Amino acid sequence: MPHVVLETRNLKKSFPMSGGKEIVVLEDINIKVMEGEFVSILGPSGAGKSTLLRIMAGLAMPSAGDIFYNGMPLKSVKPKIGMVFQSFALFPWLSVVENAELGLKSYGLSDEEARERAVKMLDIVGLDGFEDAYPRELSGGMRQRVGIARALALEPEVLFMDEPFSALDVLTADNLRSEVIDLWIQKKMPIKSVIFVTHNIEEAVFMSGRAIVLSHNPARVKADMSIDIPYPRNKSTREFQYIVDRIYTILTKPSEEIPFLLKLERYQFLPHAKVGAIAGLIEMVHDKGGRIDVSTLASELSMEVDDIFPLMEAAVFLGFGEIKEGDFIITDKGAVFSEADTLQKKEIFRDTALSNIQLIKQIMQVLSSTVKHRMSEDFFIDILENHFTTDEAWNQLETAIDWGRYAELFAYDYDSGELYLEQPAGQQQ
Amino acid sequence: MLKIPFSIPVISFRFRAIDIAILLFIIGVLSLIVFVASGWRYEMQPAVEINLDPSNIPLYTANSVVRIVIAYALSLMFSVWYGYTANRSKIHEKIMIPLLDVLQSIPVLSFLPGVVLAMVAVFPGRRIGVELASIILIFTGQVWNMAFSYYNSINTMPKELTEVAKVFRLSRFTRFLRLDMPFSAIGLVWNSMMSVAGGWFFLMACEMFVMKDRDFRLPGLGSYIQTAANNGDMPHILYGIGTMVAVIILLDFMVWRPVVAWSQKFRFDTVQAEDEKESLVLDMMRKSRFVKHIGDFLSRRLKDIETLYQRIENRPEYKTIAVVRKGMTIIFGIVALSVMSWALIKAMKLFLDISTAEHLTVITSAFTSLLRTSVAIIIAALWTVPLGVYIGLNPKASKILQPVVQVIASVPATAVFPVVLLFLIKLGGGLAIGSVFLMLLGTQWYILFNVIAGASAIPQDLRETATLYGLKGIRKWKVLILPGIFPYLITGMITATGGAWNASIVSEYVTFGGEVMKTRGLGSLISESTVSGNFGLLLLSTVVMAIVVVSINRLLWKRLFALAQEKYRLD
Repeated sequence: MPHVVLETRNLKKSFPMSGGKEIVVLEDINIKVMEGEFVSILGPSGAGKSTLLRIMAGLAMPSAGDIFYNGMPLKSVKPKIGMVFQSFALFPWLSVVENAELGLKSYGLSDEEARERAVKMLDIVGLDGFEDAYPRELSGGMRQRVGIARALALEPEVLFMDEPFSALDVLTADNLRSEVIDLWIQKKMPIKSVIFVTHNIEEAVFMSGRAIVLSHNPARVKADMSIDIPYPRNKSTREFQYIVDRIYTILTKPSEEIPFLLKLERYQFLPHAKVGAIAGLIEMVHDKGGRIDVSTLASELSMEVDDIFPLMEAAVFLGFGEIKEGDFIITDKGAVFSEADTLQKKEIFRDTALSNIQLIKQIMQVLSSTVKHRMSEDFFIDILENHFTTDEAWNQLETAIDWGRYAELFAYDYDSGELYLEQPAGQQQ
Repeated sequence: MLKIPFSIPVISFRFRAIDIAILLFIIGVLSLIVFVASGWRYEMQPAVEINLDPSNIPLYTANSVVRIVIAYALSLMFSVWYGYTANRSKIHEKIMIPLLDVLQSIPVLSFLPGVVLAMVAVFPGRRIGVELASIILIFTGQVWNMAFSYYNSINTMPKELTEVAKVFRLSRFTRFLRLDMPFSAIGLVWNSMMSVAGGWFFLMACEMFVMKDRDFRLPGLGSYIQTAANNGDMPHILYGIGTMVAVIILLDFMVWRPVVAWSQKFRFDTVQAEDEKESLVLDMMRKSRFVKHIGDFLSRRLKDIETLYQRIENRPEYKTIAVVRKGMTIIFGIVALSVMSWALIKAMKLFLDISTAEHLTVITSAFTSLLRTSVAIIIAALWTVPLGVYIGLNPKASKILQPVVQVIASVPATAVFPVVLLFLIKLGGGLAIGSVFLMLLGTQWYILFNVIAGASAIPQDLRETATLYGLKGIRKWKVLILPGIFPYLITGMITATGGAWNASIVSEYVTFGGEVMKTRGLGSLISESTVSGNFGLLLLSTVVMAIVVVSINRLLWKRLFALAQEKYRLD
């Protein structure tokens, strides 16, 4: 059982309003943060994320409920915590190193020890040589590095980060995010756990091992999910995008639907590729000997790697190809497919689609179980929206329709927006 | 470019119970001093003779400077203590800030009789009593705006900074040294300059005063000018004024410019300023090894104190100290309250002695003075706004005119009163109109400087837009300039109104060439009752003036200021 560093029990925060009413900001917040965890708190703007963070840090009092550090109530212990602020909150009249050693003397370190530790932390965050500069002279990204060094220098048990990158420009923020997460996974930061507040879903998925999604008005814990993509994470992978989409869905759906959503199996993501293009790719690679370097392929087709990636991925999905060591290789099945005539191709494609593609399977099941063998596209969009954003749901359905039509599994009536079976099984004309 | 940071906190517009309580409190304090003092019978003592020989000027000047420096140091300490205490709890804040608001509106000179009598009572027959009285008077003219500024800085500190102090568990002393002081430094420096200028303004009145047929005077530059004026001795008046102006300019160069330039390191905005404030003296000091040694020494000592304080605060007993302190505050509050109620009863007695005729006089005088100050403010605004906008919008004009204006403004108006009076007498207008002119002399600068600051703060892009769309003349003023300078104009006018009321005391009642000249007004009533020792009338006039000034502030200025902050902010 891992050690619980911080725990909140039934936290509530409300503010009195004029007229004797009160506005409830946080309600029923129960969170456990384990040692070694990097937890993100996500929520829409104004949801009370920062309020929650401040209550956990002991900067604000909850209206009800308790906070425990290592099992002891917050009131009776003074845990060492560090905090990184959105606005950096540096003292402009103190030099970088003076800012970094600010809190150290409060913990009884001598001048020399404090200086030594501050310099070490500045070094870790990449500010070697800037010790005597003033915050005014630094760029935003470097200022936030000072803010991070200042917090780390305390060697806090828990590091609180309050939207630390949202005041930075996109590139700087990206850069700093990667560096911070590198320090975290290499355990260079002298801390046990991180609690990270953000409204940026990608950022949360990129950095944290667990995401706590808050609802709005009042904020309750809507979902608490672990993110187990291995570090370092790549934003352009399907897996990454899938989790981002899923959190997005959770954020936008009403709370009642969330438990159902969380139980759902992970849904297959169809690469956006037309059958014609997939078939063309397989035939071309097959003609070239069945194996080709991906970047060579891209340049021969005068396309970006990113553009042919969905095609290759679709081929992999269908079992026609695989990607190994930067090469795209045609499988035996792929070879058969590329040598087959049109009718055979359709047959091979139908078999493999029915066994490999979840969405197509699901459509077939629905269509064959309804009396009229017809179903509105909206029905499928509704299902897909549990897993994807609305735009993505439409993309998914569009791809499935393209594949299904090619395989002659089902047809699509553009005017009525319905999918239907052309030759219902067991029903002769 | 000159920038005057806002130092006027926006408090509620309406009178609340607390305001009444505070008003009663102030009346209590005033009447306490007056009552204790009026019962005192003192020995006559020979007054210090002021020798008009110019060779005495250096010594007199030194005396005055020392007085102002001591008063300023007291003001600084008081301001920090007051602002800090007011910020510590909501209860403190609710009492202390309106109190400050009222205290600020009480004219300095109405403190005079009480302070003088009390000090003379404590040190009978000795000069030190009069000296202390003089210093306290200068102090009362300097302290309020500084206290406001400090309170306001601490109060408007970004939340994150106070959170840093909490998260990193800074000790009280470290927080004070590394956060509170630096954060409020710029505001304090500007207000210090204004305060010291105020000290020079009231110097004449604070070094030489007549009260109930007693003549108090202290060797000093103010009393030198006053004596020369009493004799109608123009050459010596001019020597005195010349010296005063020279000292003020020298102080500006040697002290204020370096301090202002140095304080720029405490700017909170984290971008490089386009207008770096420079000071030759500061540059030289920065090069000096000796100064560096002193600086290093001081910063090491401060660090020692920090460590010491840290250790004390980390001890468990520290909490008990806090409890003891709280208890003492409560006891102090109870004692103060009971003394006040006793004083209030006495004050009622003093009020009862005032005749109906005198009541009527106070009311009509209040209206006369209100009219006079309003006219002064309007005239001041009429000429300073166009000039200020011109200077503010033209960097070239600003380079030439700004220093000139600053030097002219630095001449304390009271010092040139005698000269102006002579001129006015020749023109034949009485003091009834002349005093408006005297008020103008003292207060128009506040408006001018604020307007300059406001005009130069109008963003370049808005000005370019105005040019692109061909805005000219009245339209340009209506759309761009007036809204742009509005918050600054209001700030300037608030300060100027306060100044005008204060100036009413010295401008409605003037002694010149051995003669007393006066005109009907609340200010002259205060001066007159001080001289004649009519404490009941003095108390009543002062209270009425405080009520009028506070009312105008609440009903007019603070509303406008809130509007300015809300609608016409350009940041």
